Amino acid sequence: MKVFFFHLMPYAYLDLGYQREYKSVWINYPNTNFDPVKGHELYNRYLDELELAAELGYDGICVNEHHQNAYGLMPSPVVMASALSRRTKDCKIAILGSAFCLREHPLTVAEEHAMIDVITGGRLISGFVRGIGAEYFSMGVNPALSHERHTEAHDLVVQAWTRPGPFAFEGKHYHFEYVNVWPRPYQKPHPKIWCPSLGSVETIEWSCHPDRKYTYAQNYSPFDSVLRYLNLVRETCEKMYGYTASSEQIAWTAPIYVAETDEQAVAECGVHMERLFNLFLQLPFELLFPPGYLTAESYGRLIKHKKSITGGATIESLMSAGIVVVGSPDTVRRTLIERHKQAGFGSLTCLLQFATLPRDLTEKNLRLFAREVMPALQAIDDRNYAGFKLRQAAE
Amino acid sequence: MARAKKTSRAKPAKAKRAAPKAGAKKAVRRSAAPAKTRATSAKAAVQTFNQPKPSESTIEVLGSKIFIRRGGVGEPLLFLHGAGGIPMWLPVFDQLAKNYHVIVPDHPLFGRSDVPEWLDDISDMAYFYLDLLEKLDLRNVHLVGNSLGGWIALEIAVRSTARIKSLTLVSAAGIHVKGVPKADIFMMNPEETARALFVDDKLIQQMLAMQPTPEQMDTIYKNRIATAKLGWQPRLFNPKLHKWLHRINVPTHIVWGDSDKIIPPTYGDAFKKLISGSKLTVIPNCGHLPQIERTQPFVSAVSSFLAKAA
Repeated sequence: MKVFFFHLMPYAYLDLGYQREYKSVWINYPNTNFDPVKGHELYNRYLDELELAAELGYDGICVNEHHQNAYGLMPSPVVMASALSRRTKDCKIAILGSAFCLREHPLTVAEEHAMIDVITGGRLISGFVRGIGAEYFSMGVNPALSHERHTEAHDLVVQAWTRPGPFAFEGKHYHFEYVNVWPRPYQKPHPKIWCPSLGSVETIEWSCHPDRKYTYAQNYSPFDSVLRYLNLVRETCEKMYGYTASSEQIAWTAPIYVAETDEQAVAECGVHMERLFNLFLQLPFELLFPPGYLTAESYGRLIKHKKSITGGATIESLMSAGIVVVGSPDTVRRTLIERHKQAGFGSLTCLLQFATLPRDLTEKNLRLFAREVMPALQAIDDRNYAGFKLRQAAE
Repeated sequence: MARAKKTSRAKPAKAKRAAPKAGAKKAVRRSAAPAKTRATSAKAAVQTFNQPKPSESTIEVLGSKIFIRRGGVGEPLLFLHGAGGIPMWLPVFDQLAKNYHVIVPDHPLFGRSDVPEWLDDISDMAYFYLDLLEKLDLRNVHLVGNSLGGWIALEIAVRSTARIKSLTLVSAAGIHVKGVPKADIFMMNPEETARALFVDDKLIQQMLAMQPTPEQMDTIYKNRIATAKLGWQPRLFNPKLHKWLHRINVPTHIVWGDSDKIIPPTYGDAFKKLISGSKLTVIPNCGHLPQIERTQPFVSAVSSFLAKAA
């Protein structure tokens, strides 16, 4: 199994009482609440943490994209990946991901990814995301066109990376007379592509297509839901496309905290973990799911199950649902090996800093996890996986 | 340009209209002409439209099925609904149907109509309706549009008024007045929406008490996707539309609720300035849906204007 360290780069100096006046820290939470001096400290601290992970032997370090919010301070993950590309030597740098479809010119991001891939000698993983619903408010992009723009932007970018240029790209949303990206990416045929998702049948069907076989990464979900979606990846490959999915096509992202004992772990991270879900990720339904962001079918399923990932979380509820993994090295190691046995993910992306978790605890978490948990995870492979049973798949 | 012919106000059994042209049988059938002057088949059809209850039907335009409710007799009055769609035949239609043949389609993309793959934006919607007018061979149409439907009506009218006799814009979207924001209907939750739509607390409470069935939820979401498709960016206006409003050459009536929190009444003043010779009626104690919230004053204002336009 490959083990990655994922950083969201939250604005840790968030006014924790913001809900007196605002519904969330997205879209219209005033940017006067951002202090650039504190931001300077945070960006440099967070880059230090990512670089430390590279030194500690994590297989990869991950950054991602969010706009106009305090949850994640990377409107351009490319800036962070660039900063990391010359400060790390061996690990993968995963942009999980870039929202190509939020751009009128996805080629600019395609060029930037290619540059990072060439600079790092092929260490880039490119994530393709649509952005969350709130982004469609912030960036003025039509959510009803999100799916079509996403797939078309993907086609444009992959062709730009793989087809000899110049050529014309003749799409509905993107039409370019001269596609001729310099530089071409270092990896052949192109950097590995991941599709991070909060759980989407459409994304699974798209990413599993035999022409793509991309890595589907399930984020922030109760583990029974993670299991259903990851099994759905295997089922989709098997039943819809007639091939057996490789475990490399399957990833799970979870917030994780390790301390000396179970009790100490809960005591140290509890409040920060709760803030991640109750404050930073808090989003009213209308902002999370603008019209068309989900297909009518997915929206119907969502209403039916009344699923919610935000608000009212306690560290106990998060742990018992398996959304987060918290405990002593022994507990966390055993839990993750057991989860791998159930779900067989080829990659685990660990959110080891979250919300207001301070520098010292983050560093302790990174080091303890790397020393006491990670080696056992990196040593296991499909032989630990109990195997896929069709009946476990999501509805 | 076939301008509207000035005639006296239409009465259900005595409506005058120009002699039908060859190939315009549907127009004859749907006219308010006295049944005894028509052929037997037309008689039956007219009798159908004389029924007090509205009819529901589906027609095919450009390969898509369009759901239409209609009732009443008289000159055609095409009502173009807003973002929320039209869930049923409303009391206001009964009122208008006393004097007009009221036609209320679910726009393509909305309600019980199909979702045409080719329909991408407001321009496609306008041309679709020009095709629909031809398909039904409607002439001398009184075009009435509320909110998003007002925007569609404007987009139709700047392209062609050949089949349009008058234009009534009710809290219409379509333009932007700098510095005067509209409410962001996509950002509001159901309670905020109800409070923004109406002034009357009874109506607000009624809307909040509604418990949609799963089928109705599907339709609500379908309508929201359709509205987003047409009007997410820029929000519910066409930046070029204001440049072409001078092309509107039919009598135009602008109707606004004085307390409209979705599209502020300033927009009514702006439309009045942009559309030459237009008349503005402001309805007191009224929000964004005058046809629902203040049905009687709305019907009076609309009827008296249409009577003059006719």
